Amino acid sequence: METRDENLSAMCRPAVGEAGRTGDWRDATPVIDYTKCIASLKNRPACYLCWLYCPEGVVIAGVPVQIDLDYCKGCGICAEECPAKAITMVLQKEAKP
Amino acid sequence: MSAVQILTGNQAAATAVKLCDVQVISAYPITPSTSLTEMLAEWIEKGELKAEYVRVESEHSVMTVCVSASSVGARVFTSTSSHGLLYMHEQLHWAAGSRLPIVTCVINRGVGAPWSIFNDQQDSISQRDTGWIQIYCRDNQEILDSVIQAYRIAEEVYCPVMVCYDGFVLSHTMMPVEIPEAEKVKNFLPPYKPHTILSPEEPLNINPVILPTQRRDAQGVLRDGYMEFRWKLQHALEGSRDVIVEVNRQFADLFGRDHGGMLWGYRTDDAEVYLVGIGSLATEATMAADMLREEGIHAGVVGIRVYRPFPREEIRNVLKNAPAIVIFEKDISYGYEGALSADVKAALYGTGISAPVHNYIAGLGGRDVKAAELAEAVRSSLAAVAGGVMERQTWLNCVTE
Ligand code: SF4
Ligand code: SF4
Repeated sequence: METRDENLSAMCRPAVGEAGRTGDWRDATPVIDYTKCIASLKNRPACYLCWLYCPEGVVIAGVPVQIDLDYCKGCGICAEECPAKAITMVLQKEAKP
Repeated sequence: MSAVQILTGNQAAATAVKLCDVQVISAYPITPSTSLTEMLAEWIEKGELKAEYVRVESEHSVMTVCVSASSVGARVFTSTSSHGLLYMHEQLHWAAGSRLPIVTCVINRGVGAPWSIFNDQQDSISQRDTGWIQIYCRDNQEILDSVIQAYRIAEEVYCPVMVCYDGFVLSHTMMPVEIPEAEKVKNFLPPYKPHTILSPEEPLNINPVILPTQRRDAQGVLRDGYMEFRWKLQHALEGSRDVIVEVNRQFADLFGRDHGGMLWGYRTDDAEVYLVGIGSLATEATMAADMLREEGIHAGVVGIRVYRPFPREEIRNVLKNAPAIVIFEKDISYGYEGALSADVKAALYGTGISAPVHNYIAGLGGRDVKAAELAEAVRSSLAAVAGGVMERQTWLNCVTE
């Protein structure tokens, strides 16, 4: 017989998630086209609206701009806000890991 | 050496908190609870009480602080009244669901609208379904003793406890109170051991979103679902009766004062009518019983000390031969009847006890209730019972038409 859950209240240990550090809830992945991104074009810190708007704070404002896909939830706000239309949301199953 | 001091109810409660070596206190002032935490704050400021006092902007945050501090192993205390308690409501559920032995004094006061700062028990009675144990006190000595007992009970069954007492009637009224020796209290109350030890080496996610069914965790252990945890809380409260009675017994052995465990009786042996009440109203009823006995009516009193868990068996036992039951209470479950009355009747269901039960709603918002008025209510109920009236709800001293 299975032993009972001895915890008096609900709790769990941090563990490897279904997608590594997190769950696998992201449906679409932001992919940046560096031939359009203003920061890359000017080759210096510029624009960074994606960094400003990302609700998860996972955009790394460098040259080039990068996104920490371990924590990106795929909301697409960065793509929506990008003035250069440099970010495309690619469906998870089509995105390269 | 224990010493007798003349204390208000709030001073008695504060003295108990100090004796219990509470480590974290958070509170937001609200009449009539304010002077209790003012006293604690003063002791902390003077260095007489080695505790952390966390100031916050609301009672909701007060209970959040208590939940956090208790989770990491601190013995915590707060007190509040009326709207403060209502504002805490959501976090009261969190405290109980997290199985944290937080002790809170509720200094009973009516709730708005309209505004009232005066006493009734609507505030705490309306929190009865939050999973907290509720103890109600009769006098200032019982307040001091019950706070000490509350920590023992809470830390043994891992459920939070409210120690409730009537605003102004007890909180601001002075009475002689025996202060137990600190050393004796220490022996009675061992240090708090949290049910879960939190440490940076072994991080835990506390109270994650939980699914309706049981589910295996990442380590492969089958973890309880929502209902299993809620059952554990219900099981703990039902089981806490034995602990409450045993703690009361041990306290009586050690300190010489027996407050009755789940409930107490007064002149119940040969009673032909039972007056039932909670808190200071039940004390008032003992005077009414004496008056009635002087005129040959054998009246007895049952005081509910613990309202949750409800003293189901004790009620059945004490009322098993009751010819008539009159319940006085300072609360109302709107659209039905007094909460205590409904609960007493439910406890009697199926036992064969079919005594008439008359319910008096009294003293709401501080309306004065005199012993003579309680006695008159009993006389009137007995006359109605003789006429075959089994059930009746009356608002005492209230213009109703
Ligand atoms: S998709 Fe959303 S979360 Fe991911 S980088 Fe863009 S804004 Fe941030
Ligand atoms: S918002 Fe678009 S253009 Fe601006 S930095 Fe981000 S990716 Fe580049």
